[in-house]
This record gives sequence, C-alpha cells and structure tokens, in this order.
Amino acid sequence: MSLISDLVNLNISGSTEKVIAEYIWVGGSGMDMRSKARTLSGPVKDPSNLPKWNYDGSSTGQAPGQDSEVILYPQAIFRDPFRGGNNILVMCDAYTPAGEPIPTNKRHKAAKIFSNPDVVAEEPWYGIEQEYTLLQKDVQWPIGWPIGGFPGPQGPYYCGIGANKAFGRDIVDAHYKACLYAGINISGINGEVMPGQWEFQVGPSVGISAADELWVARYILERITEIAGVVLSFDPKPIQGDWNGAGAHTNYSTKSMRNDGGYEVIKKAITKLEKRHKEHIAAYGDGNERRLTGKHETADMNTFIWGVANRGASIRVGRDTEKAGKGYFEDRRPASNMDPYVVTSMIAETTILWKP
Amino acid sequence: MSLLSDLINLNLSESTEKIIAEYIWVGGSGMDVRSKARTLPGPVDDPAKLPKWNYDGSSTDQAPGDDSEVILYPQAIFKDPFRRGNNILVICDVYTPAGEPLPTNKRYDAAKIFSHPDVVAEVPWYGIEQEYTLLQKDVNWPLGWPLGGFPGPQGPYYCGVGADKAYGRDIVDAHYKACVYAGINISGINGEVMPGQWEFQVGPSVGISAGDEVWAARYILERITELAGAVVSFDPKPIPGDWNGAGAHTNYSTKSMREEGGYEVIKKAIEKLGLRHKEHIAAYGKGNERRLTGRHETADINTFSWGVANRGSSVRVGRDTEKNGKGYFEDRRPASNMDPYVVTSMIAETTILRKP
Repeated sequence: MSLISDLVNLNISGSTEKVIAEYIWVGGSGMDMRSKARTLSGPVKDPSNLPKWNYDGSSTGQAPGQDSEVILYPQAIFRDPFRGGNNILVMCDAYTPAGEPIPTNKRHKAAKIFSNPDVVAEEPWYGIEQEYTLLQKDVQWPIGWPIGGFPGPQGPYYCGIGANKAFGRDIVDAHYKACLYAGINISGINGEVMPGQWEFQVGPSVGISAADELWVARYILERITEIAGVVLSFDPKPIQGDWNGAGAHTNYSTKSMRNDGGYEVIKKAITKLEKRHKEHIAAYGDGNERRLTGKHETADMNTFIWGVANRGASIRVGRDTEKAGKGYFEDRRPASNMDPYVVTSMIAETTILWKP
Repeated sequence: MSLLSDLINLNLSESTEKIIAEYIWVGGSGMDVRSKARTLPGPVDDPAKLPKWNYDGSSTDQAPGDDSEVILYPQAIFKDPFRRGNNILVICDVYTPAGEPLPTNKRYDAAKIFSHPDVVAEVPWYGIEQEYTLLQKDVNWPLGWPLGGFPGPQGPYYCGVGADKAYGRDIVDAHYKACVYAGINISGINGEVMPGQWEFQVGPSVGISAGDEVWAARYILERITELAGAVVSFDPKPIPGDWNGAGAHTNYSTKSMREEGGYEVIKKAIEKLGLRHKEHIAAYGKGNERRLTGRHETADINTFSWGVANRGSSVRVGRDTEKNGKGYFEDRRPASNMDPYVVTSMIAETTILRKP
C-alpha cells in the first residue's frame, strides 16, 4: 500500500503549475457534506478568482432530474491537508442557474445579516465548541464500546488518557493538525464525558467566517474518519440513557460586550435571547429534544435559564466575564448537528438588530 | 516490504542516462490493456523518435500462432508516474508486419478522420467523463458492499464523504495526481451515485489526443487498482436493479460552436446525430442496453432526445451554453466500456463531414 501512498502524496508542484481544487457544499439534508475536485491552471488565493461550478442536484435531493444543474459559488479557500502543495479546499454555497439561493442554502441569508452595517460595526466574534461521536463502521456502536454491551459509567473519560479511557485519539490529533495546516482557526480539542465522544473548538472567528471554518473543519473530520474506517456522528443524543449528548455550544461577543461596561450589554442581549427562545430552539438542530432534558449538563428545552458558571443553564456567563465587567457568553442550546450559518447569524440578528 | 519499495522507487537518473519505456496497447477484446517495458539509451520526448516494437499477438487473441508478430507503432508519450525520473509510458497502436492496421486497431481510422482538413479546421474539443466501478478482488462484488448483501439505497454516495459513503478514495486520489504527473489533461474527479463507483474527466483535449489520453488514464487506473488489490470494472451496468450504470459521457465542441452563433451550429449537429442514432449506439459500447433504460439518469436506448440541463436525455446542453448562445454539448449515450477513438471520431465525422 505504500506505493499508493507515494502516489497520493506526490508533490505535483514539482512537475506542473496546475493545482487541484476540492469544491465542498452542503447537500439536501442540511447535514450531508459533498465534494468533488477540479484542476485549475495555477494557484488561487482569492475565492472571487475561482470559477463557479455546477453539480447534479438531482443526486443530492436538491433539484429535479429534468432540470438538475445547481451552481456552486466559491466563498472561502483553505489549504488542502490531504493533497498538500498548492492544492486547496473551497467552501461553496448553492444557487439555481437563475442566481437564486436554493432552499437548503443557509449561508446566503446569514451573509446578508452579517453585512448589515449595525452588525458589521459590532464585529461579532464566535467560538464554537463542536462535539461529535465516533462510531464503529457497520455496527453503528461507539468506538471502544464492546459489541452487545456498554463501557463503565461516565466519570473517567472526560479529558482521559489510556487505552481503556480514550478511544480514537489518532483521528482527533490528525484532525487538529490538518485544520491548523488548512488555515482554520482551531483553538483546541478535548475528550468528552461520554467515551468515544470528542470536541474541537473553532474561533474566535468574525461574522460569516465562523461558519465557513466550522463546515470545513467538519469536512476535514469526516475525510479523516473515512481514512480511519470509522463513522462520524453529529447526532445530538447518540445513545439513550445515562450518557451525555453532543452539542455545539456557541460562545459570542460583540465589540460593545468586549469593552468597558460590556457586562450590561451582555445582560441586555441575554434578555432578548430569552424573548425569542422558541424561535432559536426551532433553528438549533433536529432531535435536540432528546438531548436538552435538564440532565447531563443541559437545560430543559422548554425553559430558558442563564447563570454564571452554570452548566445546567441555557446560557452560561464565565466567572472571568463577571469579574472583569466585560467579555462574552456561551449559548449552550445548539445541538451538534446545528447549521453554524443559521445559529451564528440568528444570535447576531436577535441581539443586535431585533427590537423587542 | 519497504526494501522492495526502495528498489521500485530507485532514482536511476543518478547512475545512468538509460530510461525505461512502457509500451501500452489495446488487446484482442478491445478493452483489455496490455503493456511491456524496454530500456532505451536516453530520454525521448517525441513518439516519432521511439523505435517500433512487436509482441506475441497469439497471446492476446490478435494473431495466429504460426504468424504471431504484431507490430507496435508508438503514438503518444506520457511521464511514467510509477517509475518517475525520465521514464515514460508510450501509447501504441497495432499493425501487421506488412503495415496494415489490425481489425482491433481503432486508432487508425480515427486518425484518418481527425486529419481530414474540414475536421482539422474545426479544432474539435472533447471532455470525456469516464465512470468506473471498483470491485473487491476474488468475489467481484463492489468495494465497500457487504458480502452477500447490499448497502443502503442510492442517495448519500454522490460526492459523499465518510467511511460509510465513500469507498476507495485512496485509489481515486492516487490516480488524479498520477495522471497530472503523467501529463494527462485530467480535469477532475467525483464520487458517483452508486457506492464504489467513481468518475474522472479528461479534457478538453483536441482531436485524437482525447482517445490517447483516456487510454493512458485507464491504464494508470488499472495499475493503481492492482497496487491496491482491488479490481476495476468498466461494465456499463455492473449491478442490475436500482443501481446506476456506468457511462462515458462525451462533451464535444467545434470552433464554430464555441464562437458567436454557436448555439445554432450545436442544434444542427444534434439533429445530424439524431439521424444516425442507431449507428452511433451500435458503436457506443457492448452491453449498453442493460444501462440505457430511461431510468437512473439515462435515456432509453431506442429513443433519441435532447434537452437543456436534462440528465434523462441522450444529448444534454448546459444552461451556460444556452445562455451564452455558444459552447458545447454532452453526448450521454456512450457506455463506460466505449472505445474513445471510435466515439470521438464518429461524433466528428457525423457532425462535420456527413451531409444529412
């Protein structure tokens, strides 16, 4: 197999100016990632210099067969950690040939919110904590768990080490370096409370780039699990019972919150989020009701609570922020399968643009 | 195994001027690719400077045992991605010792069509989308499919990512770079609708070079699957039932089609193709009747249809071409096991040389 690796790792920059660009988009379910590659005549650094492309939308649940072309608009470029060299990953969104965003394109609306002058002025920062579960292929049972049984109860696994506590670290570490190489703002990783569950964090990223980076980080993760022969799950409650769910806690601040007097701005923002709790919850991921039970470090889905250092709250404010009188807060409600374009732009819209 | 790899990857250029040339030809079935290698005293970049060679045609079903020599005429050179250095791959076609093309030599007639002045003047471009299926060795069941069973239905696999959706990406990615390295005009790759099925595209290539490049790319692909221990199939309908077949959609344009007013030229060309539908279909690959059923993004084999963005038609015109009034069109009828010399030259002959 090493001769195949030699070819996969071939440095083509030695023999050509040509570059391979992997175009990535979100498919019809809103969570399935798709990609295909094309050859470009030379290196490209600016997405606006990349050609639009198209794909068969009838094969991804996004167009009918007799009018199947869906157009890909390149939006963000990252270095390709799999092909190396000058090869790139390109995050795209999807449009009809007439130029209308297709219904599953959540980026378009988010981009409009993020270019609103009031939002631009507030420079919204996001830090997203993406949790996920690794499953054994073919049996869909978490890696490291015995087939037909369960591991010992939660306790030893959070940030744990050792062959009986940490399952799949090679995937996590490969992902960490691959994301750094790609140019994603990955700020950390940790083993989670449920064995076989992990988390990585992306941020602080400004505006729409938070979601672009998170989607590409998810793509890189699924490519790595593919290589490892393991299945990636973003289900918010993969195992019923006394096992933690998986979330995508979203940390957030605006310029006003980061400056002196910011704590008051934070409290006002939280009040606005409370008033739109139902609308946010509806947009925070399918199946979240199985996860937001009020147990396992979540707040009940139908209740809005906030508190300092309270992991059982819908929104948590860190002790540092309370002490300094400024900082950021953490919306703990989004599920691991949330769409980051929707969540980040909705938080900005509610806290900056919406008048109660 | 690493000592063997060291030897395979030895860079001979440091110790000798000699190079190795792998002569490649198509065998008696019209789909089996054969090759053997010889040492040359120094680097060669012009096929006309390469010596003719010969082989035992009685072992490839191309000559009787008592008069078995078949002569190889070198026609195109590519860099050898397996031996690298100054070593080369040579695409050849086959002749009797008297200088007559063998019946299986489809390149000869194609070359005559492509050197006709009317065809030369139109600078015909081809983009060929070669689909193929990867099979597990020994059982001839697709890669990633459970033995004795089937994967979940089509939907998640087209351009899919993940160990439960994409099977064999290392082969595909190794092939992409190997072809770029070799100097083949490979323009992209994507995962296909049926799991274990993939596609690469070669083009735009002019005239006869399209056929040369597709054969070289097929050769490189089969050498890579050999390394991976998988089997490549060009059968147009490897699995009967609700599973897509494999095609070799051929995109085509002439100078007139690419210039102002091109859309009218395209429509006339499509009309001419419609009048010769039966003749083309007969030459577009064996077993195509199992694939062209009118379902699974094909048009029925007995019907000729064309449409804009319609993946269920025999010929598809892209929305861009319709909008710009010029461009190219896609003949979706050829099967994955078509001979590119036959298909490319026949399309040129029908659209440029034939009067209706």
